[in-house]
Amino acid sequence: MKCQDGNRGKFNLLGLVALLAILFYFAPIHFNEENLNFGVSVAESAEPAAEASTDVAASPYGPAPKTTLASYPTIKGINGRVVIWLVAQLHLWFAAFVLAVPIFVFIIEAIGMRTRDRRYDNMAYEFIKVSITAYSLTAILGGLLLFSLVLFYPDLWGYLATIFKDSMFWYAALFFAESACLYLYYYGWHWLQGGDRKWVHLTIGLLLNAVGTMLMFLANSWLTFMMSPEGVNAAGVFAGDIWPAIQNHLWNPINLHRVVANVAFGGSIVGAYAAFKFLSSSRAEDRAHYDWMGYTANFIAISALLPLPFAGYYLTTEIYAFSQQMGITLMGGIFAWLFIIQAVLIGALFLSANYYLWCCMGRSDGAERYYKYIKYIAIVIVGAFLVWFTPHTLVLTNEELKALGGPYHKYVGPFGIMPAKNTAVNLMILATFVSFLFYRRANKIATVSWVKIGNSAQVALFVAGVINIFILGVYYGYFTNTVYKIAASIPQVCTTLAVIVISILIDSFMYKNAKEVAPLKWGRVPERSQYALFLLAVSFTWLMGLMGYIRSGIRQHWHVVDIMRDNSADAFTPTMGFAANVVSIGTIIFLSMVIFVFWLSQISAKKVEPENYWAPEAVDGAVGKGGGG
Amino acid sequence: MKNFLKVAAFSLLVIFSFAGFANLGIPKIEPAPPPTEEKIDLGSMTIEQFVGIGEKIYKGKGTCTLCHNALGGRAPLLEKAATVTAARLKDPRYKGEATDIESYLVESMIKPSAFVVAGFGKKGTNDAVSPMPDVSTGSIGMNEVEIAAVTAYLQELGGVEVTVKVPEDASDSAAEDDEEEQRKPFETVEDILDEVGCGACHKVGEDEGEQGPDLTKIGALRTEAHIRASILDPNAEITKGFKKDLMPKDYGTQLYASELEMLVNYLVALK
Repeated sequence: MKCQDGNRGKFNLLGLVALLAILFYFAPIHFNEENLNFGVSVAESAEPAAEASTDVAASPYGPAPKTTLASYPTIKGINGRVVIWLVAQLHLWFAAFVLAVPIFVFIIEAIGMRTRDRRYDNMAYEFIKVSITAYSLTAILGGLLLFSLVLFYPDLWGYLATIFKDSMFWYAALFFAESACLYLYYYGWHWLQGGDRKWVHLTIGLLLNAVGTMLMFLANSWLTFMMSPEGVNAAGVFAGDIWPAIQNHLWNPINLHRVVANVAFGGSIVGAYAAFKFLSSSRAEDRAHYDWMGYTANFIAISALLPLPFAGYYLTTEIYAFSQQMGITLMGGIFAWLFIIQAVLIGALFLSANYYLWCCMGRSDGAERYYKYIKYIAIVIVGAFLVWFTPHTLVLTNEELKALGGPYHKYVGPFGIMPAKNTAVNLMILATFVSFLFYRRANKIATVSWVKIGNSAQVALFVAGVINIFILGVYYGYFTNTVYKIAASIPQVCTTLAVIVISILIDSFMYKNAKEVAPLKWGRVPERSQYALFLLAVSFTWLMGLMGYIRSGIRQHWHVVDIMRDNSADAFTPTMGFAANVVSIGTIIFLSMVIFVFWLSQISAKKVEPENYWAPEAVDGAVGKGGGG
Repeated sequence: MKNFLKVAAFSLLVIFSFAGFANLGIPKIEPAPPPTEEKIDLGSMTIEQFVGIGEKIYKGKGTCTLCHNALGGRAPLLEKAATVTAARLKDPRYKGEATDIESYLVESMIKPSAFVVAGFGKKGTNDAVSPMPDVSTGSIGMNEVEIAAVTAYLQELGGVEVTVKVPEDASDSAAEDDEEEQRKPFETVEDILDEVGCGACHKVGEDEGEQGPDLTKIGALRTEAHIRASILDPNAEITKGFKKDLMPKDYGTQLYASELEMLVNYLVALK
């Protein structure tokens, strides 16, 4: 036992060292000392052009291609842009799913090891099992994307390949490494069980995550180079050093945003799987298992959803820091309407997540104590949603301007700016957290002597937090220069996080050794609650598609912003209605493929023994030889 | 199966609701097409017309009003940019080389960090670096004539004397540029078709483009004069079933006269 513990410690250390090495490797610019305040280093922002021009003087590389209409091959009846759009989006959905699943499988497996509760291990295995076919689909779609790029945008592909050829080689190498880790992790699951073997398995899981994350970071650098190119001069001549091109301005903001979003997305998809299995199961123990699985997946999705808006604000701040023009195109131009659609989707996500939690409270009779508060949480969420829903700068006709008496509505207008929306989303997050706290307490009664003080401290914490969020929003939103309006988001985020962390700490201590008054009965949830999980998964998928359109759309008529112009017949920004239709078609294709993946995982577990099909002699003979008698 | 159908129907309903809202719930806006460089005919232009051109660029291609507006407060308003020049030039924070209003305004467009109005600098730079891009490069990419026009407009806007002169030597400098980059004429009609890319939109030669009319028998359908006119002014007459503005309007300046005639003769012969 001693030896086993020692080895466990060794593997723990190995894992930690590997994780730290990865973190240091990928934390170069936006998290250095100069930039801890989410700002941009002055020296860095002022000098790159000069640096690049000195470096490129001796560069053997040519400028970015100047394309004409003839540079874009056409195929009868096929729109190249829509093909690439759909294939890229499908690749991204699958990639997000297969990168996210190992993250929480690793965490769940570790929880199982820690608690020695086998149910966690089984659930982690089921998660990885249902996603296994998705890996090959991701690779197929990646190949299809490459093929489409070469076919429809050959000059763009050629230019990117010239700059990123080294990293593309590493990408391929990492792809093999990821496959090796995945196969070892999945096929070795039951082989590497117990003692040191389990630690080896967990380490493979860590490696799988590390390699997968590096793969995504590399691919992210290619797309963020197209948004915020660096390492090239104004004509697009590559200086020869790939690192500045990889480490471009928006690389880390996108990396962070995608890691968090992937986990939320992956959780929601697996939640939908569990929901379907729950609805299809007739045995009580199966329903209990899939209810638990759905709850865990939803917990993962919501845990990642809560910090996602903050990662989004960080990304937007950096977009503004890179180019105000790009930032304004994103938030104040035609895309302003898109954020109204986004608000509807975010509203759907938060409402479905909360509704699910409220339904889940029915698992314990002890939850009745908290039902009376649910209506207030609902009011806060709907109110916050409406503020988020309020448009900012919209394109208005003269008649509309006259009717409105100006560009903003007299009463509703002030809610259109970002500080109001920041305030709203922080309140929405806190309200969701309150739902979770009620759910968490549903079946228990705290037994510590300081319950009243603890509860009062939590209420005081929430009240102080909400007041602080309001004051910050109002001060920064309406009494400072526009440039500083976004600044409200950082202290607001800190407030929200502080309230959540401190509250969890208080709750953990207060409910340690709590008395269980009405045990949780897994499987005792209404069927409608499972539809909340489907709503979550579909909304997430659709939202990701929509945000993909806007991320790509803000480049406008540029393949590589300010460096390589798009001169194809499709260089215009599509209307939002058209984009929504493409996203909807993509979502339907993606969900159909996911259903196929899940179905494959089900039939792989089924075994049919056909009657009178196999010759009895042959069967007996095989058993005789193979089985050793 | 029943559950599957219920879940599929629910999911499709959600997707169609989102798509329906995006299509019907918000106004239909056609995004502006990508900007194109306008040819400014300076021949007989008055300074008032030149100022008008400047205003058009200021509100359009230059995208100046994206930030310089009263609503957002992201950049200083420019109504008084011309009148405060003297004070700016004396300011100890001024790092430029301008000597008068005109050169200051030009400098502020191509070297925005020469002087940053307090409170409008990049975050963390203590107003030493401007977030504004150099308008002569990148996606704005204004040429000298356009910058001069905007400068004239800003002088007019500020109520000071417009000292900018309508450029007279623009054609000379353009000629010099052309001389430097002058290409050799194409020798065959196949070269012209390849380089100009007619086949990207038209069915002609070995190409199967579909966005423009089929040219494989154009000589039997149109006269020589009509074909020539269609190349030089494509929007003058649009064949039924095809859209306006798809074909570039500058083949008259892109092609040499000899190439144009070679191309017309080739098309006339397609019967």
